[in-house]
Amino acid sequence: MKPVIILKNITKIYQSGELSFRALKNINLTINEGDFTAITGASGSGKSTLMNIIGLLDIPTSGTFLLDNVETSKLNDNQLAKLRNQKIGFIFQSFNLLPRTSAIDNVALPLIYAKIEKYERLEKAKISLDLVGLSDKLKSHPNQLSGGQQQRVAIARALVTNPQILLADEPTGNLDSKSGFEIMQIFKRLNKEGKTIIMITHEPEIAKHAKKIITIKDGDIL
Amino acid sequence: MSSALRSILANRLRSILTILGIVIGVTSVILLISLVSGLNSFITSQIEGLGSNLIFVIPGRIGGSRSPGGIQANRLILQDATNLQKQLLDQAKVSAVVQRTSTLKYNNKLDRGVAIFGVQGNYPDIISVKLTSGKFFNDSEANSGRKVVVIGPTVASTLFGLTSPIGQSVDIGGLKYKVIGLTKSRGSTFGIDQDNSVLIPLTAAQKQFGLDRLNTIYISANNSEQVRKVQAEATSILKKRLSEDDFSVQTQEQTLSTISQITSVLSLALGGIAAISLIVGGIGIMNIMLVSVTERTKEIGLRKALGARPTDIRNQFLIEAITLSGLGGLIGITLGISLSLIIGLFLTTTITWWSIVLSFGFSTLVGILFGVMPAIRAARLNPIQALRYE
Repeated sequence: MKPVIILKNITKIYQSGELSFRALKNINLTINEGDFTAITGASGSGKSTLMNIIGLLDIPTSGTFLLDNVETSKLNDNQLAKLRNQKIGFIFQSFNLLPRTSAIDNVALPLIYAKIEKYERLEKAKISLDLVGLSDKLKSHPNQLSGGQQQRVAIARALVTNPQILLADEPTGNLDSKSGFEIMQIFKRLNKEGKTIIMITHEPEIAKHAKKIITIKDGDIL
Repeated sequence: MSSALRSILANRLRSILTILGIVIGVTSVILLISLVSGLNSFITSQIEGLGSNLIFVIPGRIGGSRSPGGIQANRLILQDATNLQKQLLDQAKVSAVVQRTSTLKYNNKLDRGVAIFGVQGNYPDIISVKLTSGKFFNDSEANSGRKVVVIGPTVASTLFGLTSPIGQSVDIGGLKYKVIGLTKSRGSTFGIDQDNSVLIPLTAAQKQFGLDRLNTIYISANNSEQVRKVQAEATSILKKRLSEDDFSVQTQEQTLSTISQITSVLSLALGGIAAISLIVGGIGIMNIMLVSVTERTKEIGLRKALGARPTDIRNQFLIEAITLSGLGGLIGITLGISLSLIIGLFLTTTITWWSIVLSFGFSTLVGILFGVMPAIRAARLNPIQALRYE
């Protein structure tokens, strides 16, 4: 098993004037290639902070984070942006699709920042939409799609750069249970095909679909 | 680039309102400069059309304590013109002109506000006057004080309609004059009808209207190399009787350069006023871009999460601002040129390429200047906070 994420003594302190808040306390965590991990916890437990650090959107106050054997603490904004683009596919609770933009253009968006030609972008976006069963909705705008379909477009967008890791933040939070179940089936299939998936959720029902569940409380892994 | 265009198209009304300031600015720069250039070329062509090798003597001193042409300043009399003609006989022709405005009458028809020029018989030799019919009065007719008149086409159509005016008797300020000639049209420009004027003998005009002071003395040098020499000699001849402040002697060339000085100052002033609206337009673009950064905070956060570098975000907003102002510039150029062409049907307008380059360059510059700040602000957004922004 090859580890793709190694967190060593990760601490995150938010400073606001005189007040400081330790969101994460000495977290040690290893996630291997092919894992499907659910991170659960109550709101304010620190699970979102952990997610942001793993997603290279936030920088830990101390500790080391190796992403695919790359030490990330010394990277600048541009290098972090490149790593996010290549290694991580983000899936959000509120989908975060661009309005007034077709599904295929939404899916192709990360490829613009990978400096890929337009023709190839659209080809890859088509393949990616096909993976989530939406090859008949290429030209649909987000407001013409159901919540479940929108989240599938977002998954296609996360897959389009062929990243090692899918990082999902409450992916079923805005969906009914049937659509949520469909999304979990897609995750399971992608995991079986080799994707490493890290999913944040506060719903035990959803967490059950993962192979491994990590619970966080007050900034500590239980 | 494509995302900038998409955002502009997705917010059509907002984009149009945003660029309105730039559109108005560019349009007015081009329009005003084309009007002033048109004015300049019109006056130039009028002066050049008067004749060649011309020298003007006008009362008063240009740049002196008394304004040129002022009533009190005017000490020019016919004797001065006669002296000039006598002493410059082998080098130049001299013609004196008096002017006033009066009403013409024929039967029951009136023509008010007609410019009456009292001129000598050699006037057509100096100033180009083209006749469509009849003839001009000769020296002996002019000097004997005969009441004859050469009328402009507007006067002819007002008083005589379609019938030929030649040989008819017309009432000028209470005295009867016989029409002997009709001049060619010189057109109407800037609302002033060039053809609503008549020419009568100088002696008759002086006698009837009591005009002993001259408005202008025209001197035409026999060849172009002598213009400067004739100007200097005319000045010294006039100085024998008059003081320096009483008259100015200007060549056609000097008059033209004075006029082009005036119109270039006018160009700058009007262009400057129009440029202010370009700056106001730029502030409008900055305002909208700042609103747009706030409005699209979540989108910026998303793009950063998907791998956009800060420079990618900055460029997106900068390109959007430049595209908006460039688009405004293009619309402004189109409007400015078409309005200039439409106005050109009534007035002389000259569209200058430098006004187009200047206004387009300026509008693009405004887009860059006022787009930079919102773009930098967008690039600096923290992706986590941006993603959470509702």
